Amino acid sequence: MTDQKVKTKMKTEEYFVNMGPQHPAAHGVLRLLLTIDGEIIKNVEPDLGYIHRSIEKMCERDSYQQIVHLTDRMDYLSSHINNEAVCLTVEKGLEIEVSDRVKVIRTIIGELTRLASHQLWWGVMGMDLGALTTYFYAFRDRELINDIFEETCGARLTMNYFVPGGLMYDIHPNFVKRTKEFIAHFKTKLPEYDRLLTGNVIFEKRTKGVGMLTKEDAIAFGATGPVARGSGFASDIRKKDPYSAYDKVDFKEALFTEGDSYARYKVRIMEMWESMSIIDQLIDNIPEGNIKEPTKAVIKLPKGEFYQRVETARGELGVYINSTGTKNPYRVKFRSPGFSNLSVLNHISKGVKIADLVATMASFDFVIPDIDR
Amino acid sequence: MKNEDLQNIINGLAENLAFSEEGSEFLNVTIPKEALHNVCSQLKSNSDLDFDYAYCITGMDWGEELGVIYHLESTKLKHKIVVKVMTDDRENPTLDSVWDIWRTAEFHELEVYDFFGVKFNNHPGLRRLFLTPDWDGWPLRKDYVDEANMIVK
Repeated sequence: MTDQKVKTKMKTEEYFVNMGPQHPAAHGVLRLLLTIDGEIIKNVEPDLGYIHRSIEKMCERDSYQQIVHLTDRMDYLSSHINNEAVCLTVEKGLEIEVSDRVKVIRTIIGELTRLASHQLWWGVMGMDLGALTTYFYAFRDRELINDIFEETCGARLTMNYFVPGGLMYDIHPNFVKRTKEFIAHFKTKLPEYDRLLTGNVIFEKRTKGVGMLTKEDAIAFGATGPVARGSGFASDIRKKDPYSAYDKVDFKEALFTEGDSYARYKVRIMEMWESMSIIDQLIDNIPEGNIKEPTKAVIKLPKGEFYQRVETARGELGVYINSTGTKNPYRVKFRSPGFSNLSVLNHISKGVKIADLVATMASFDFVIPDIDR
Repeated sequence: MKNEDLQNIINGLAENLAFSEEGSEFLNVTIPKEALHNVCSQLKSNSDLDFDYAYCITGMDWGEELGVIYHLESTKLKHKIVVKVMTDDRENPTLDSVWDIWRTAEFHELEVYDFFGVKFNNHPGLRRLFLTPDWDGWPLRKDYVDEANMIVK
């Protein structure tokens, strides 16, 4: 019998499969309810909330300094940048202009955070597709960034180094030296990443043409970050709405138009080069200045609404604060990049195989607490 | 485009629109809930406005009213506005869904429903997203009480 005849004679039936909540490819507690026919996906319904802590509600009872701590726990791989988002929003409300020193330090640390996050993603993406070696390569280099952070702010994951008005304390005397050493080191190691994974035939076949997302869909679904830029949507907030010192540095927005998982991979590799270039431009010229503008011990934002968007390693993080003039915000909303990116998944996964869904999810780089908040 | 020009164009789209720039960096447009879907589809389709990107959709409890805040941006023309819609019915609050205009609203409206209990007409699958289906109440409302899990200062 030919294949065609087998197909027409075989009766198939749709059924449900749970992917998660404890699935290794989800990197956290995300449950996807898959409707499948054989190995073909018909529908993907995300079921969220396994790590939901209602951070927005907690913010309503906390002071503005305390809110910064909570944001570490959303996208824990971009914790510095999350902290920065809240600090910028509060500073906008108080009409505080931080010193150039603070702006430059925030930018350098933000880019180191992006590098560390992309390194972890690269290691995990290889691992998801069956190449365990990448994980060890990536963590070898990521340790160096964590050591720099640890020396300056005492933490490796939940940083809480930025505070409304500036920085909690000045950078460690070794910071500049060690950052330069790391950049020199990583410039020799990033080509190694390319040699190991980028040109790998198996990797290319698993990712090229897989998880196709058009530019129109990226905009309509509110996808941001490398996911959107892999589809040609120029969504980089650092370019669109520059904050901190991003208007003073020269860098290219990583933009590819193919829209597949491989394009999203290339965006992140290119962003790592651009992050290093940004740090190179700033690290030798950290200006002198105050590390913290004076704020009252109890911060009260004036009555009004304040919105600030920043570019985390995963995309656009928006912070909306509605204040009635008291020491607590009336309402805080975090527009998290992961939540909007996740909404695309069902749309682009219909009709593909389960293994391709794993590859697509790896290229989306989900951090589940960022989705659940 | 400047806020005054935006206001002039948007003002022609429907009646009873309220504009405000007080206490916000954006132009705020409050739309009567009956006109929400009509105005929103014109905000997107009008080539001078072209708001194709809803970058933040926030559920809101103003105390008396419940509602939704839409932060909109045009990716081509680079201008932004904030659209607000509210309902004073706290027992059975219902608004029109805009998921067919901005697909991202499908997910964000689920979030608003989950935390504020605002129902959306024509939404393709309204359900609890974060909380369990048997959860009692709407946690982000100001009058929500949960003595076991909430720490009140």
